[in-house]
Amino acid sequence: MVERSHRLGVRQSENLTGYVFMAPTLLVLGTFVVLPILYAVFLSLQKVQLLGGIEYEFVGLRNFARLGEDERVWIALRNTATYVAIVVPAQTVLALLLAVTLNAGVRGKNLWRIIYFLPTITSSAVLTLIFMWIYNTNGLLNSFLEAIALPTYNWLGDPAVALSGIMLMNVWSTAPFFMVIYLAALQDIPQSLYEAARLDGANAWNQFVFITLPLLQPVTFFVMAMGIIGTFQLFDQAYIFSNGSGGPNNATLTLVLLIYQYVFRDLQMGYAAAIAFLLAAVIILMTLLQQRLFGSK
Amino acid sequence: MKKLTLSRSFWLNSLLYSVLSLYAVITLIPFLWALSASFKPLAEIVSGEINFIPRHFTLDNYRQIFLEEPLFLRWLWNSVAIAVSITLLNLVFNSLAGYALARLQFRGKRFWFLLILAVLAVPAQVTLIPTFLILKTFGWLNSYQGMIVPGMVNATFIFMMRQFFLNFPKELEEAATLDGLGRFGVFWHIVLPLAKPALAAQAILVFMGSWNNFLLPVVILFDPEMFTLPLGLNTFKGQYISYWNSIMAASMIFTLPVLAIYAFFNRYFIQGVTFTGGKN
Repeated sequence: MVERSHRLGVRQSENLTGYVFMAPTLLVLGTFVVLPILYAVFLSLQKVQLLGGIEYEFVGLRNFARLGEDERVWIALRNTATYVAIVVPAQTVLALLLAVTLNAGVRGKNLWRIIYFLPTITSSAVLTLIFMWIYNTNGLLNSFLEAIALPTYNWLGDPAVALSGIMLMNVWSTAPFFMVIYLAALQDIPQSLYEAARLDGANAWNQFVFITLPLLQPVTFFVMAMGIIGTFQLFDQAYIFSNGSGGPNNATLTLVLLIYQYVFRDLQMGYAAAIAFLLAAVIILMTLLQQRLFGSK
Repeated sequence: MKKLTLSRSFWLNSLLYSVLSLYAVITLIPFLWALSASFKPLAEIVSGEINFIPRHFTLDNYRQIFLEEPLFLRWLWNSVAIAVSITLLNLVFNSLAGYALARLQFRGKRFWFLLILAVLAVPAQVTLIPTFLILKTFGWLNSYQGMIVPGMVNATFIFMMRQFFLNFPKELEEAATLDGLGRFGVFWHIVLPLAKPALAAQAILVFMGSWNNFLLPVVILFDPEMFTLPLGLNTFKGQYISYWNSIMAASMIFTLPVLAIYAFFNRYFIQGVTFTGGKN
């Protein structure tokens, strides 16, 4: 009896300690993640008016119905989808290429890695400004293109190429991050597999296709998933590039930028919340789709 | 026979080093071009000439920033204060939660763990507008609290710390308990000091995330006095349109602190990335 109440006491004190340890986390995640999610659901069903205080008017699903008729939503969705479709494969292939090259027994592996990683640690605000300076009409990129007899563009002002400029920058700055992840995975592949393959007469290309690629598949899945989630949330670069407008001619308008505009320019919080849910749905859908296509079977 | 293999590895090596060098150049050129612009006078900038070594080397751009943009130091201070606070709080709170989820037995543990996993999947944009409204209700817009409190725990790193503590040797903790240390004492004096590699990786990633954060400050800070550097930099760009030498100088000042940290701790950066990458 004494023993049992003692054990009960121990269990209760463990319960207490557990909750003391978890308290800051539960408080912050509760206030700034769980509550906001519920609040966002509520907002998306309201017409919100911000005049001093906040006033709500229930409008049912009207905000969601409006999504389909809003031309700017479609433009933003198309821009964002194009961006994801080009940037994710490009940065994944580049990351893999760099990692395989670095892993091929070169000297100074650490030094190369330190150099390549530089863009990853630099703030997106700084990178965007540097690239805007390079993309200037008489800037470095155009001078280079001219030197090798290629056509030049007004990278910042021409709607046909403005988004490509951001894509190029993003591939350049994100690929090294994923390279590091690939590199770690490559180092875990046992050398004996390659030795056995060589004995069987497999050349370097065969080894890459039949050993390296299949064994890297879980990592590729992870890299693509992270890439999709990251690129769908494109905001900083588009905002700085276009001064928050999404221009020229909506060419750099992304979904997150559109949400920002509806909240802070048009003060339509309810509708903006509906767009945020559209974005979340698209991201989840794409991740699931990608899992079906590339996930482990 | 020997000659053949030798020449083959020579060609392979040449190819490998060419690829690596080419990409190193591609990586470095934008930085060098920006650095070079920051030391050029305006006349040289507008000429459109491609010279990496400035013809008329000048420190005026840097001087101008500190003299004519009095808020620049303030932005620097804001960024440092916010990033350091967020980093320290994250280290303590994420470790506490990660440890509890890995080691302590308490009611509802499984539920909370699943909730934290679910939180990982929610894009920040969904919570952005409500977070703005909640901060407004608290009167925390335009304040340090508003920047720090929502970011002082992080589900990704709680998960990372939990995985780390799961593989932690139990014997040490048991010995310490026998020596009369309480749960918190064990955590503070035994567990945390031994978790240094995981903490270092976490510290760097959290610091970088806060230092470079753009979305939250652009939404909740509107008084220029309260701006963080990325936001200040963006305003700066608006004021100094086509003064690319000044804009690049400001960018360089902003990059320097992180570069210094990176130079000393690059091992932990790489570890941090591999750590997050290893969770799948």
